[in-house]
Amino acid sequence: MPVDIKNFLTHFFVTGYPLIYGADASIILATVAILFVLTYFKKWKWLWTEWLTTVDHKKIGIMYLIAALLMMFRGGVDAILMRTQLMLPNMHFLGPQHYNEIFTTHGTLMILFVAMPFIFALFNIVVPLQIGARDVAFPYLNAISFWLFFFAALLLNLSFVIGGSPDAGWSSYPPLAGAEFDKGPGENYYLLSLQITGIGSMATGINFLVTILKMRAPGLTLMRLPLFTWSVVGACILIIVSFPALTAALALLLIDRVAGAHFFTMLAGGMPMMYVNLFWIWGHPEVYIVVLPAFGVFSEVVATFSKKRIFGYTSMVASIMVITVISYFVWVHHFFTMGAGPGVNSFFALATMAIAIPTGVKVFNWLFTMYRGRIRITAPMLWTLGFIPNFAIGGATGVLLAVAPADYQYHNSYFLIAHFHQVLIGGTIYGMLAGMYYWWPKMFGHRLSEGLAKHAFWWFNLGFYICFMPQYALGLMGMTRRIYTYPKGLGWGPYNFIATVGAYMMAIGFVLIVANVVYSAFYGERDTTGDIWDARTLEWSLPSPAPHYNFAVIPHVDRRDAWWVMKQERKEGKTTLDLQQEPIRPIHMPNNSGRPFILGVCFFTVGFGFAFSWYALVVLGFLAVAVLLLVRSFEYEDSHYIPVEEIKETEAAYGRL
Amino acid sequence: MKRLWSRLSVLLLFTMPLLLTGCGERYFVLNSAGPVARVERNLIYTSIALTLIVVIPVIVLMFYIIHRFRDKPGNDAPYEPQWSENKTLEIVWWGIPIVIIGILGTLTVRDTFRLVRPPANVTGKPLTVQVTSLNWKWLFQYPEQNIATVNYCAIPTNRPVRFILTSNAPMNSFWVPQLGGQEYTMPGMAMRLWLQADHPGKYFGSGANFSGRGYAHMKFNVVAKPEGGFQQWVNQVKSSAPALTVSGYHDLTKDSVMKETAYSSFPPGSFERIVRQEGGMYMKHKLTEATD
Ligand code: HEM
Ligand SMILES: [Cu+2]
Ligand SMILES: [Cu+2]
Repeated sequence: MPVDIKNFLTHFFVTGYPLIYGADASIILATVAILFVLTYFKKWKWLWTEWLTTVDHKKIGIMYLIAALLMMFRGGVDAILMRTQLMLPNMHFLGPQHYNEIFTTHGTLMILFVAMPFIFALFNIVVPLQIGARDVAFPYLNAISFWLFFFAALLLNLSFVIGGSPDAGWSSYPPLAGAEFDKGPGENYYLLSLQITGIGSMATGINFLVTILKMRAPGLTLMRLPLFTWSVVGACILIIVSFPALTAALALLLIDRVAGAHFFTMLAGGMPMMYVNLFWIWGHPEVYIVVLPAFGVFSEVVATFSKKRIFGYTSMVASIMVITVISYFVWVHHFFTMGAGPGVNSFFALATMAIAIPTGVKVFNWLFTMYRGRIRITAPMLWTLGFIPNFAIGGATGVLLAVAPADYQYHNSYFLIAHFHQVLIGGTIYGMLAGMYYWWPKMFGHRLSEGLAKHAFWWFNLGFYICFMPQYALGLMGMTRRIYTYPKGLGWGPYNFIATVGAYMMAIGFVLIVANVVYSAFYGERDTTGDIWDARTLEWSLPSPAPHYNFAVIPHVDRRDAWWVMKQERKEGKTTLDLQQEPIRPIHMPNNSGRPFILGVCFFTVGFGFAFSWYALVVLGFLAVAVLLLVRSFEYEDSHYIPVEEIKETEAAYGRL
Repeated sequence: MKRLWSRLSVLLLFTMPLLLTGCGERYFVLNSAGPVARVERNLIYTSIALTLIVVIPVIVLMFYIIHRFRDKPGNDAPYEPQWSENKTLEIVWWGIPIVIIGILGTLTVRDTFRLVRPPANVTGKPLTVQVTSLNWKWLFQYPEQNIATVNYCAIPTNRPVRFILTSNAPMNSFWVPQLGGQEYTMPGMAMRLWLQADHPGKYFGSGANFSGRGYAHMKFNVVAKPEGGFQQWVNQVKSSAPALTVSGYHDLTKDSVMKETAYSSFPPGSFERIVRQEGGMYMKHKLTEATD
């Protein structure tokens, strides 16, 4: 009996790696510390009523942002571990199994639990404010989306101390990821956590598309929509059309694994290539889902800090839409070498290259927005400027990869690694950071320190080139991705060493970003105007941070860059577009609810049960979900009105009445 | 601005060696040793040249614009906050990429079709080598010579080699950069890849698609020898190496990392059997397509 328990425990908890014991210890310490602080300062109630049960899109956005930064830390530590292992030939820092687990978690985390929550953070924080709305279309659903994402992230992160991490790569192709070659619960964790967060993402896509289409302020026609919001439209359409493919792929693979089906097993008449297709039918649009909002951020930032209208607005909108459509027709470029005929490969090569055209157009339009403007190089602008050369190069290497016969050489090599990091980091992450610096005052009422921000940028940006430029060379030297070690004598050592130095520099940059967040909370310049950058769109017409009902009176819009126009007209003594034109009326707002959080816990239970094939837990979790849905359907009073006095009081406190 | 330049020069310092050593012999992809790799390399150079037509102006223009339109006291550059449309300019930058992609696309399609046929300058009858990726090793079988090797493979120079690829383990990818691009190996399927070497030599090859714990060690050499040398090698293997038996093959399928090995014979039809048993029975046309 004791032997049994011991056996169970050593399989249940991951044992044998000193690094993981360290992680165990730090997880326990951090948890204890958090519990202590909350209890000591009597913050439990505050946490529950203000945050865990909130349906306020601004708070949900902030929670997404915090989660994204935390996950970026975890993914970053993984990256540093991998780069350390590869620093020299024949290193013995990480073993093969450990290395495989780390790169799998790293990739999965970065795409699904960093890039996605980061864009959702900005969707939530910005979109309703930018379109003059008081909320998103489905606030309760929005909270559910967040908690599904949050608990899915928890599930994936738990795997590395309980049961073992997935180890078949973030794309997890069968048969490697099938039950025959991959027994452990790690792969189940991967499938479940992606599935759960996928439901949340799908809901977010629908939520924001409806919000933008239905809840714009009067007069805000589509062709007056700020470009960030336009990019959200593109991203949401892509989410809605591509996530079902992921859902199908994951579900079929899960059924293969836990129920012994053979959708993807050649041996029993299944077809692994079908998984690869389904995965990339989602996977390619996914990279545009996360980069389009970054494009949107750059458009806002460039216009604001050049004090100029965005150049070629119509072209910008057109290119977002063209990208949205074409990116759905290129997925085969991820497996040109899987034996499709030359006709198929040619079609997908051409479609892929075509994407570079609208992307290039956007770059020129950003440049010409700055042209004849007055450029202020603030932190958001710095990341935007850093992005341009990155994307010029990363886009170009994308075109190189799209040349099918050339891709027979680049594919699966470090050249590919360099490309997608250049566009994902240099595009998405730079964009999200630019957005974070830009809208930080709107979120918290103070700005981040410029000095620290500049240091962080230069460490990160230089580190980026030092880390990833050598990897293009390594690819041409024949180094393949996902190897945990390489022999001497191929000349790969020096470049890998340089790359590792670059990775450490980026880590310093990240630490400086986090330090800035902490430092500025105490010493950051307070924003009393609500319009600290002298910006152009409606969110800047509100105080910082915005009151929970956003707009006391919904603004009327009759031009692009509505807030800028209002300010110009005010200067000229005309106030046709002012805010206080109409009387204040009671505002209809949704009630807080603890159910979205509990729903997240239930899905977590289901996922955990599936991971270990403990079906009692699965059934229990699903039952609880059903009960929660039932309770919700009998809820008749889920909203309230904010009385006029309260609104007036709040507005007066901001000095706006 | 000055700080920016000093930082940029650091950056250049780091990237220069990469550009300058681009033709070093360790850059396997650029250092092609056969007609297939050469087609690919030429396309690589052409595509780099074509994309640079956009990349360089963008970067130069960016630095110029930042420099010229910085918001600093006394900057006399024109400021036109309302200027946001210019049809001609926009036609130019929709047009140029379209032309570039048009050219590149044409070349791409031409070479994509070209590479499914045997290399152009065929001097002899193609040699067939059947390749199987196993956990974690490569098995090469020569159906005409009836010999087999593990983790290395000899081929004659100046003769097209038809590799027929499959896997008896998770999917992998067969890549010999100096001779030409890669192709996936998949259980139950037989894929075809044409390669050819110009001169004798040892060419680095590796598995390129992740396949588990021993994946990093799936490297092999392709040894190209003149026709005579190749025949000699075949005879030598035939006379000196042990035979690959059914149970010997069974041992190969177990998880392990192995050294270079040769076998004087193998059970006839064993490659076709591997493909069929791993699911090929569901895809007959694929097998015949690749082997005929
Ligand atoms: C000009 C636009 C782009 C083009 C032409 C392009 C082209 C390609 C091609 C052909 C591949 C497949 C290469 C291979 O597997 O051998 C690829 C891979 C990839 N690209 Fe791009 N790309 C572009 C932009 C982007 C953007 C904007 C992102 C993300 C924000 C991105 C992220 C990725 C990722 C993550 C992979 C690798 C996936 C994997 O195999 O793990 N790309 N790209
Ligand atoms: Cu793609
Ligand atoms: Cu196949």
